[in-house]
Amino acid sequence: MTSTSTASSADGLTAVGPRGNRPAPRASTADGASPARPGRRRRRGGEGFLVRYAFIAPAVLYLLLFYGYPIVKNVVMSFQAYDFSTFFNGSAPFVGLDNYATALSNPIFLKALANTGLFTVGSIIGQFVIGLGLSLYFRKHFPLSGVLRSLLLLPWLLPMIVSAAVWRWILEQDSGVLNRFLESIGLISAPIGWLTSSDTALVAVIMVNIWLGIPFNVALLYSGLQAIPEELYEAGQLDGATGWKSFRHITLPLLRPVVSVVLLLGVIYTIKVLDLIIGLTGGGPANATQTLATRSYELSFLEFDFGQGAALSNVLILIALLFSVVYLRANARAAKNG
Amino acid sequence: MTTATAPCTSPAPARPRSRAPRGLVHTGIGIVLVAIMLFPVYWMVNASLAPQGNSLNTGLLPLHPDVGGYARAFADQGQNLLTSLVVAVGAAILSLVIAAPCAYALAQFRIRGTAVLVFLVLISQMIPGIVIANALYTAYTPLGLINSMPGLILADATQGIPFSILIMRAYLETFPTSIVEAARVDGCGHLRAFVSIVLPVSRNSLITAGIFSFLFAWSDFLMALTLTTGETIRPVTLGLYTYIGTNDTDWSAVMATAVMSSVPAVVLMIAAQKYIAAGATGGAVK
Repeated sequence: MTSTSTASSADGLTAVGPRGNRPAPRASTADGASPARPGRRRRRGGEGFLVRYAFIAPAVLYLLLFYGYPIVKNVVMSFQAYDFSTFFNGSAPFVGLDNYATALSNPIFLKALANTGLFTVGSIIGQFVIGLGLSLYFRKHFPLSGVLRSLLLLPWLLPMIVSAAVWRWILEQDSGVLNRFLESIGLISAPIGWLTSSDTALVAVIMVNIWLGIPFNVALLYSGLQAIPEELYEAGQLDGATGWKSFRHITLPLLRPVVSVVLLLGVIYTIKVLDLIIGLTGGGPANATQTLATRSYELSFLEFDFGQGAALSNVLILIALLFSVVYLRANARAAKNG
Repeated sequence: MTTATAPCTSPAPARPRSRAPRGLVHTGIGIVLVAIMLFPVYWMVNASLAPQGNSLNTGLLPLHPDVGGYARAFADQGQNLLTSLVVAVGAAILSLVIAAPCAYALAQFRIRGTAVLVFLVLISQMIPGIVIANALYTAYTPLGLINSMPGLILADATQGIPFSILIMRAYLETFPTSIVEAARVDGCGHLRAFVSIVLPVSRNSLITAGIFSFLFAWSDFLMALTLTTGETIRPVTLGLYTYIGTNDTDWSAVMATAVMSSVPAVVLMIAAQKYIAAGATGGAVK
C-alpha cells in the first residue's frame, strides 16, 4: 500500500507498457449498455457512445489547450526569433537552431546546468536521508506520534513563496536568526551573507529546499514502511536480526520500490523548482543560484527573448521526461511487487 | 487503502506494548524533532508580531506582541488576499467540474484510449511550469487574458486538474458499479446517474481533490508572476514577493502577510486532516 495514486498511476502504466495491448478488464469495469462484451460492439456502442465521450471531452480539451498547446508552442518558438517586437508587429521569423546555439553557448547556461545538477542532487540526498530517518523514528508507536507526524506535513502545504520569504528573514545577514544563533554559540565570528554571497547562496538555497522536501519524503516513506509486515521483523528477531541488521536485511530490500519512486519523483519535482529560488535569490548573486528553470524565466520574461527562453525550457522538458520515463517504469515495478 | 495509514489514526496514548516511560521519552524526542522542523513557521509568526522596523533584536518570544504589522499588511495586501481567494476557489471548482466526469469515465467506461489518456495525465504533472507560462503569456496577450481573473483561474488549474483526475480515478476504480447499473436499468441516463449517485458516494475523493486544487492555486506564484503585470489583479503570493523586494523592507508586515497567506494551509491541515493525508500519499503532488 504505497500510495493511492502511485498505485493508480502504475496500473495506468501497466496498461500502456506492453504497447498496443488492451488494458486488462478490471473487476469493476462494466457499462450498463453492453455488459461483459469487450468486443467490437462497444465501439459503435449503443446510445451511450457519445455521452460517454462527453464525460472526458472537457478534460481532453483542457489538457490540449493548457499542456498540449504550450509544449508545441515552446518547440515552435524555440526555432523563431520571438522577442519584444513580435508582440507589436507579430513577426517571428524562423531562425533554425540559432536560439539553441545562442542560449547553450552562453556561459550562464553551463553555470545553470551545473547548478541544476547540484541543487537537485543535494536536495534529494538531504531530503531523503532526513526523511527516512524521521519516518523510521515515527514508525515506533508512542503517545502523540500520529499528531506529531501530521504536523510535519505543514512546510509542504505552505505556499513556496511564503517559505522563501520566511527563510530570507531567517538567513538575513545582519539580523537573521541563524547568524545570531551561530554567533551566540561561537561557531562564527562574523555574520555570513548566506543568500548574498556567491560562495554560500547555492548551499543556502539547497538547505531551504531540503526543509521543504522532507514532509513529502516522510509521507511516502512512512506509508512504505507501514506496508512491511510486522511478522517479518518478528521472524528476523528469532534469527538474530535486530537493529541495523534488520534494517539492512528486511527494511531496505522491502522498501526499495518505494525508495526509487520517492527519489525519482524528487528529481522530477526538484529540477523544475522556480518559486523558491526566485523568492530567495532571484538566481543571484552573479548567477550563483541560477538553474535551467530560473534562467528560462529570465530569458523569456526579463530579457523578453521568448525564443531563447523556449529553447532552454525544451532542454528542461527533455530532462524531465527522461526521468519521468524512468519513474513510470520504477512505479510499475513497485506496484507489481507491492 | 491509503486512508488507513492516515496520520489521524488515533494517537491513542500508550499502546499496550510500549511501556509508558519509554514511550514518553520517544514523545519528548519526537516533539523536539517536530519543533526543529517547524521552527521557521514559529519564527514567521514571532516576527509578524514584532514592532515595525528592521530591528536587530527580535526576541525569541513575542513578549510584547505588536499587531501593527498585521494592520499594515492588511492595508497593503487585503485586496490581494481577496484576489487569491477568488482565483483559488475558481480554480478548485473548475478542476472538479472538469476532472470528476473524466475520472469517472476513465475508471468505469470502457473507452478507447483510456490507457493513453491516463498516461498523458501522469506525464502532464511532470511538465515544468515555466513551459506553460512561456506559451500562455504569448497566447494570453492577444486574447486579452493577461491581468484577468478568468485567465489566472484557467492557468492555476493546470496542477489541480491532472491531480484531481488521478486521485478520483483511483477511488472510482473501486466504486461498486452495480449501483449505477441498477439506476440505469431504471432508465436513468449516464449524466443523471453520475450526478445523483456517483458524486454523492465519492464525496471524500471529491473533497480531497478540491482541497488540493485549491491549495495549488492559492500557492501559485509562477502564473501570477508571468500572467499579471499590474496591481489591479495580483494574488497575495505575488504581493508578498513584491513586498520583500521593496527597498526598505518592513519585515513585520512581510511576515504578517506570510502568516495570512498560510492560513488556508493551516486551517485545512487541522480541519481536513483526513483528506490532506489521503492526498499527501496520493502521490505525485508537488
